[in-house]
Amino acid sequence: MSEIQAMTHRRQSVPSRRDSHRRMTQSSRLPIATPARRNKPRLKLTRWIGLTLFGLWILIAIVGPWLAPYPMGAFVSDEIYGGASVAHWLGTDYMGRDMLSRILTGARYTVGLAVVAALLSSLVGAGFGMLAVLLPHWLEEGIRRIFDTLISIPSKMMALVMVSAFGASIPLLILAAVLSYAPGAFRIAHSLATNLATLEYVQVAKTRGEGRFYIAAVEILPNMIQSVLTDMGMRFVFIVLLLSGMSFLGLGVQPPAADLGSLVRENIGGLSDGALAVIAPALAIGTLTIGANLLIDSLSNSRDTQKE
Amino acid sequence: MSKLVLGRLSSSLLTLFLVSLVIFAITSLLPGDTAQQILGQFATPEQLAALRVEMGLDQPALWRYWHWLSGFVTGDLGMSASNGMPVAQLMNDRLPNSLLLAAITTAISVPVALTMGLVAAMRRGGNVDRALNVVTLSMVAVPEFLVATIAVLIFAVHLGWLPALSYVSTVESFGDFMRIYAMPVLTLCCVLIAQMARMTRAALIDQLDSAYVEMARLKGVPPMRRVLRHALPNAVGPIANAVALSLSYLLGGVIIVETIFNYPGIASLMVDAVSNRDLALVQACAMLFCGAYLILVMAADLCAILSNPRLRNR
Repeated sequence: MSEIQAMTHRRQSVPSRRDSHRRMTQSSRLPIATPARRNKPRLKLTRWIGLTLFGLWILIAIVGPWLAPYPMGAFVSDEIYGGASVAHWLGTDYMGRDMLSRILTGARYTVGLAVVAALLSSLVGAGFGMLAVLLPHWLEEGIRRIFDTLISIPSKMMALVMVSAFGASIPLLILAAVLSYAPGAFRIAHSLATNLATLEYVQVAKTRGEGRFYIAAVEILPNMIQSVLTDMGMRFVFIVLLLSGMSFLGLGVQPPAADLGSLVRENIGGLSDGALAVIAPALAIGTLTIGANLLIDSLSNSRDTQKE
Repeated sequence: MSKLVLGRLSSSLLTLFLVSLVIFAITSLLPGDTAQQILGQFATPEQLAALRVEMGLDQPALWRYWHWLSGFVTGDLGMSASNGMPVAQLMNDRLPNSLLLAAITTAISVPVALTMGLVAAMRRGGNVDRALNVVTLSMVAVPEFLVATIAVLIFAVHLGWLPALSYVSTVESFGDFMRIYAMPVLTLCCVLIAQMARMTRAALIDQLDSAYVEMARLKGVPPMRRVLRHALPNAVGPIANAVALSLSYLLGGVIIVETIFNYPGIASLMVDAVSNRDLALVQACAMLFCGAYLILVMAADLCAILSNPRLRNR
């Protein structure tokens, strides 16, 4: 796909008057790349790398605990911070437990928590974003104020303050992530929905006397679902980073449960020896988030949602 | 213009006020009694009541909020529950360290990121751009502790240049200075540069796509001149905006980096406060971070306003 095609295609996901105007000016411009480069098929490698890494971790999150060669908490070796061996592929941790088993089990926490939190964030954010457009003006402003306030609190601050007040527990961590990341989802959904709400077919539905929920679900949502899903993918990555960061600080998932962030934390003592037990879980998180990011970027190819 | 700027300032102040309300509400209105927490499960009701009166917990919440906020404005941040020192003094001791770390990181990352963004935008679609795209895209998604872990492995374990995860408290020479700051700064820079370079590239490409640059191209202006003389001056505003927004990442990154390298800054103070449930200290640190974040976002907005003549001369 050529650069120009990619651009017009990208813009089609938000059909607004402004965009159709932009599309027009764009098609009148000359292509920027040389014909040879333009006609070259775009490299799909990053998509495959992303898909492989991300798919692998989703699979591990689902079946990992059954694949684990040892129980997660079992002390199976006398050697602490052991290197890779036939019995322990990823070595042993600071108490002589099998690292591979712990990573296979811990991935479920990391991926599962983030999936739940990302789903909730998008549900809350996009839901309010759509409804706000259809509510009376003063209510829309009020909702916007609330989300604007929440977005002004950096996600780690929100999580730290909440943990300091209530202690770390899994529902609380999910709540903290949703409070931090729903506002971003709201902003994007709200601006998309504002554009959509001015279009004729929504006006027609309003005149016809359809209810708010009908308009939101039938007229608006189908036209923005793609952007909302892309945005949810980005939120998934940020939430993985937030929650594993909290676990790394010892303020996230609490023992005996352990997600990948806690695994890095508990084995940090082995870092000066270059222990596999600290590198393996850190790399695990890195490959998960990089994979997800590459996949989302290649699927959406949109630069508008990079930040947030 | 002054109206626009003033409007932006007052809206930031209002947001800061609302943020303080949220932080106070989370830490003190909802369940969980501070007095109970301090004294533990086995405290007698009399002890609890006495401590509540002493801490003002018997007062209504709104009054306590007012008290807390007015204390904040006058610089009285309360006492730390875990070590009995004034919060303001604790923060005073740590703040310069964090600011220095942030300043060094900024000084290094901004020029590097701008160059990378510029090169990528000029070679759009080329191999350099694609390579940079994949690298920065990956770096944005990497957790700080992975970067820190790899840095320690390379520089401390294998090369032996730097001590692993230990803080050298005395600075006697330039060498010591480097030993302290090399790895924290490197770790922070990695993600920051990636973030900033991506946004710079996007800002510049926005300009390169506009009609006047196409005009310049059609009349035969060479690429270098097209970017530097035609597009760049118009992209200064968006780029400054991107830089300010990226710098706000520092506020989150510094929390992990200070902890992993035992760096005595304000973020590690806050992490300790959270572990000890030292609420007065947590509140003060959270307000400081949120304030800094708001200032950066506001600076980003002001850059956008000031660099746009249509807004500036209104």
